[in-house]
Amino acid sequence: MSRPSILRTIGWLWFLASLVVLAIGFREAIFLVPTDAAQGDAGRIFYYHVPSSMLSLIFPYINFLASLAYLYWRRRDPLKALTSDALALTAAEVTVVYATICLVTGSIWGRATWGIWWTWDPRLTSMLLLWLLYVSYLMLRRFSSAGQSQTLAAVLSVFAAVDVPIVYMSIRWWRTQHPAPVFGGGPDSGLDPSMMPAFVWNIIAWGMWGIFILGFRFALERRRQLAEQDAALSAIEASLETAQ
Amino acid sequence: MKYIGHVLAHLRKDLRIEWRSRDSINGMLFFSLLVVVVFSLAFDPTAAVSRQISGGILWVALLFATVTALNQAWTREQNHQVLEAQRMAPAPASALFLGKAIANMLFVLVVEAVLAPVFIVFYNLHVLGNAWLLALILPLGTWALVVNGTFFAVLGLRTRNRELLLPLLLLPISLPALLGMVEATTGVLTAQLDPLEINTWVTQLAGYDLVFTIVCILLFETVLNAE
Repeated sequence: MSRPSILRTIGWLWFLASLVVLAIGFREAIFLVPTDAAQGDAGRIFYYHVPSSMLSLIFPYINFLASLAYLYWRRRDPLKALTSDALALTAAEVTVVYATICLVTGSIWGRATWGIWWTWDPRLTSMLLLWLLYVSYLMLRRFSSAGQSQTLAAVLSVFAAVDVPIVYMSIRWWRTQHPAPVFGGGPDSGLDPSMMPAFVWNIIAWGMWGIFILGFRFALERRRQLAEQDAALSAIEASLETAQ
Repeated sequence: MKYIGHVLAHLRKDLRIEWRSRDSINGMLFFSLLVVVVFSLAFDPTAAVSRQISGGILWVALLFATVTALNQAWTREQNHQVLEAQRMAPAPASALFLGKAIANMLFVLVVEAVLAPVFIVFYNLHVLGNAWLLALILPLGTWALVVNGTFFAVLGLRTRNRELLLPLLLLPISLPALLGMVEATTGVLTAQLDPLEINTWVTQLAGYDLVFTIVCILLFETVLNAE
């Protein structure tokens, strides 16, 4: 089999596997986990809110590393630089998707348990800030001209990545209405053992799904880049022919 | 030493140009004055309320004024091909940036010095906390806005809609700093915040300034040669 068709098979298998894991995670979270004593069934949104928020803090690092790789290869190896730029763009888009899911599910959950859709609590604000940062990254890519948008976006990504730890540390710096972090937040933190399987299945499932859309979007962006290169090449060839 | 010499040369040039025209200081001053007036009409503040919200209003006015001035900050450089000249010059590119940022910082500080008394009169304020702390908070906050603003202004220089792009990029990055400035300023004005907490905000602001100054200096050359 040729290389693209192997990759396509892996993509399909990965897609099917993540669907299966998503289904298992759904069954665990909705049917198997005992109902939360204080929150009732609304507490089940935990299994969607927390994985998506954790993932939306992981994908920015992919974006950051890919942007650094772009800046490193920009002059040394343009083809590798283009690949890492495609990865950076994709990771930023996936970040926006997961941050949006996190904000929306958090808002629904807040309505159910706190009685409000939104509060200007530091942790909510910092998540919104993360969302805004990566939306502004995508905006910059849209507004800048083709030749330099990759470099400018990579530079902005470095700025955004410097902001992400501030977002994360805000959990510990500022007083908050939001519950303390579940993992590593202090002696009382940690999950009840009965919640663990549902949580683990869901975080794996959403991680796999995130990697799938990352890969899918990456392939699409690579295809766009190659088409652009072909178009540029044929334009150059056409201009050479008219000159003769 | 040589680096500082380059920075000072750029700074001197910017200050001299501004001294001759006084465009950006006058523009910023009038603009922030207008914002202050608009807010006081919009909120109709009594003394107690105005003290609560004045920290935010002061910074929002300064933020908008800074953005409008920074949009024009590199126009002269672009028109006179200074950026192209800088690419060929052996002098470090970040010196150009640092000189520009310090010049902008001085302009905004002048605006703040003129605006502060007007602000106190309009909002009928008297400071309840440690007023000297403002002498620390204002420059730190200003630098946070100006250093990133100058950088993003040059980043957006060759893009479409660059006047629109600057606030779109600057505001999300500056929000943590903005939170720090507003909280610390309001804390000093109302004296309702623990000194320890104000101290935390100021430290955080200083850390933010330091980190982003380093990032800007490191990446300026990349942006200058982005093509």
